[in-house]
Amino acid sequence: MASLSLKVNGRVHTVDVDPETPLLYVLSDDLQLRGPKFGCGLAQCGACTVMIRGRAVRSCVMPVSAVKEQEVTTLEGLGTPEKPHAIQQAFIDEGAAQCGFCLSGVILTAKALLDENPKASDEQIREAMSKVLCRCFAHTRMMRAIKLYQRRRA
Amino acid sequence: MKREISRRDFVKTSGALVVCFSMASLIEPFAVAQGPFDTHPSHIDPEKLDSWLAVASDGTVTAYTGKCDLGQGMFTVQTQLVAEELGVSISNVKLIQCDTSVTPDQGTTSGSQSTPTNFNTQNLAQAAATAREALVGMAAQRLGVPVDQLTVENGVVSAKSGHHVSYGELIGGKHFDIAVSSNAKRRSPSEWRVLGKPIPSMDRVALMTGTFEFVHNVHVPGMVHGRVVRPPEIGATVANVDEKSVQDVPGLIKVVVRNNFIGVVAEKQWQAAKAAKDLKVTWKPGPGLPAQQDFYEYMRKQPSRELLLVNSNDVDKKLKSASRVLKATYLHPYQAHGSIGSSCAVADVQPDHATVWSATQSVYPTQHSVSVLTALPLDRVRVIFVRGSGCYGLNAADTVSYDAALLSQAVQRPVRVQLTRQDEFISENYGTACVIEQQAGLDASGAIDVWDSETWSASFGGRPGYDKPGNVITGKLAGFDPEAITPRPAVEPTGELHNGNNAVPSYVAGCVNGKCGGAGSIRSERVLTHAVKSPFFTGPLRSPLRLQNTFAHECFMDEISSYVKADPVAYRLQHLRETRIIDVLKAAAKAANWDARPSPKSNIARTGIVTGRGIACVAYEGDNGYAALVAEVEVDQASGRVQARRLVVAHDCGPISNPEGLRNQIEGGVLQGMSRALGEEITWDDRKVTSIDWQSYHTLPLGIQLPIIECVLIDRPAAKATGAGETAITLAAAAIGNAIFDATGSRLREVPFKPDRVKAALSLRG
Repeated sequence: MASLSLKVNGRVHTVDVDPETPLLYVLSDDLQLRGPKFGCGLAQCGACTVMIRGRAVRSCVMPVSAVKEQEVTTLEGLGTPEKPHAIQQAFIDEGAAQCGFCLSGVILTAKALLDENPKASDEQIREAMSKVLCRCFAHTRMMRAIKLYQRRRA
Repeated sequence: MKREISRRDFVKTSGALVVCFSMASLIEPFAVAQGPFDTHPSHIDPEKLDSWLAVASDGTVTAYTGKCDLGQGMFTVQTQLVAEELGVSISNVKLIQCDTSVTPDQGTTSGSQSTPTNFNTQNLAQAAATAREALVGMAAQRLGVPVDQLTVENGVVSAKSGHHVSYGELIGGKHFDIAVSSNAKRRSPSEWRVLGKPIPSMDRVALMTGTFEFVHNVHVPGMVHGRVVRPPEIGATVANVDEKSVQDVPGLIKVVVRNNFIGVVAEKQWQAAKAAKDLKVTWKPGPGLPAQQDFYEYMRKQPSRELLLVNSNDVDKKLKSASRVLKATYLHPYQAHGSIGSSCAVADVQPDHATVWSATQSVYPTQHSVSVLTALPLDRVRVIFVRGSGCYGLNAADTVSYDAALLSQAVQRPVRVQLTRQDEFISENYGTACVIEQQAGLDASGAIDVWDSETWSASFGGRPGYDKPGNVITGKLAGFDPEAITPRPAVEPTGELHNGNNAVPSYVAGCVNGKCGGAGSIRSERVLTHAVKSPFFTGPLRSPLRLQNTFAHECFMDEISSYVKADPVAYRLQHLRETRIIDVLKAAAKAANWDARPSPKSNIARTGIVTGRGIACVAYEGDNGYAALVAEVEVDQASGRVQARRLVVAHDCGPISNPEGLRNQIEGGVLQGMSRALGEEITWDDRKVTSIDWQSYHTLPLGIQLPIIECVLIDRPAAKATGAGETAITLAAAAIGNAIFDATGSRLREVPFKPDRVKAALSLRG
């Protein structure tokens, strides 16, 4: 066990954990955040996605010690229910979910892409989403919401 | 979220002392008799209005339902229902779902039964209608105005004079103390102000902002973490557990062994995960598995429980005299629920009571199972539903609840258990593998004169219900037997037609005892089903058996229409007589601008990408929803890759409660059906399951080239409400298979239509 300092959603937390612990477990158990979720634990589905330095990262396979000074942003760190982030608003407007368990992967992966490449082509969006899973298959609405966000941020 | 809902909290929040709950129990001894929804009678009497509804003095309505939101939208639509019937706004309705302490026992949220159960003339709908009549009656007395001169708006009853009184003033905090009335008048769909409207899902903001609480997010003070160690091979049993192998894992609290059930508990999740991984267990091998490549043959040879659903007793004779007999066999694999979130539950089992937070579809049956597993009295066990990731049927939500209960009991602390993806893939209750043999005899004109269908499905375990915890892996490992399949020969059908599994094709008359309940016109009919023992656990997976059977029926219908060179839509219509299936079939064809001609296309190029269209229709469970689907696909003949370009669904579920929620279900359903049709299949070797993660079990990710999906919603306000969550998915494999045939001239009779299988079929073309 080691005492680690972790900056998440604008706040600094000190946690006492095994440095090898996957970041996801620290976020969901120690910090009790609800955004990133255990989907597969294998970095194959996306449900545990968080953002670090603007990139979508799968927190279920990233040791917490590897985060170091970098700030972690989770789905609940983007916006709030009262003031959702524009991409969250686009998903709200499109009703782009069923169970909603996969949303961290869907929303944060899309946001990371469009932040970096606001004019991403449909092909590039599809490529970015090609390793993100939704088993309710709300795919159509989700892709529509991503396009809506892209149009609105332009 | 409140961890313990005390009686006092309920009085405070719902305004009335609604339910006589306390852990000290006022529960009557449980009778053996069946309750109203194939349930066991609970302590909450569904005959009493107060079991369903309470009005607080501020006018807030608390409603209690035994049908829960699994991501399919039941929370929103039930809130609409209560608001509509009571004449209040949806923001004034607080819905409490599935909690054995406070909600009536409505069995399991499954089988597209929630809408039929709660939206027709009973239960939640009727309770709300009863409450409205009672409140208006009270207002009439209070205001001295006859009932028929009063109107209700936003929970306020008003007379023309302007005098008014609110629900809160009339009843706030008090019992109704009346029975649910079967005569209370429901609001007619023509008067609807809240129902029938495209109300967005009420959970959407919390979901999109990551603040929604799933069962995975439940935290209980003092909670520790558990993991399980499942047998690596099917049927393996424990020979030895070397607890010393994990003695150095920091934070380890206990290694728990009960018969063949093994779990570990540690202070932190990562420690539990490490202990589960490192624990040295010696397993006695299981009996081995039948070879996958011969499995469908193997199924056919097993002793079976037979069921004859229809039998006109002239089938053999008619087949002999038919001018032509066509035969085909269709194969459907085991498929996984494969929830995106591996299942999770939290249990707090103390010496004299237990609380379980569970994503189960069945809080009361789970209460019974946990009582059996922990040997605690039933009335000392409380199961609270907290939503999990979409389950699509019996995923591992029940079994992980048992895991949590067993581990918590062993350490007497609250334990959260998170299954791994592999735990769930190797031992969940798969959707059933099926073999479906069809033969049809044609008359001289090319019409179908006789239809004969024989089906084998592999089954083991299933929903635990109230008394079979061994129907899922944890219960079996802990020493409880699954429900056995007793082989028995078929007897002649009696009573009326039961087509809950869509084993009976839509095109036959479905006559039993002289009463014909089928959707079609073919009078010579025989449908025989065989349930055989499965080497794997099985259980309901969205559209269980209905999907497999419909794949076979709708593809066979297509084969016959192709043989007689008829248009597949026209030929279907020729053999249908039920209006609602005819209407969806016509509506889908019209919306898709159906290219009426026989299949396959003429002059098909043998190389490159070709396109085609296919159709399928179903009367779901015989009478629980109607849908037709047109699929337009392209097939890359070099790679064998199939891609749907456009999916057009026509849908009839009676009066539409929420068109927005309905569209979401249809869109998700057809795509999930497409994923199941194109890639999903459980695989195994001679000892163990080999589809253990998302690389070995193939689901379609977000980044695919998506088809355009169009929905035609047929609203039937005067009809009974039916289910809508499983209709569209039922049709995908059939419509896509038929479209592939149209495009290529090759018939695929085995799901999934993986590229190598498509290429193999293409290579057989003459």
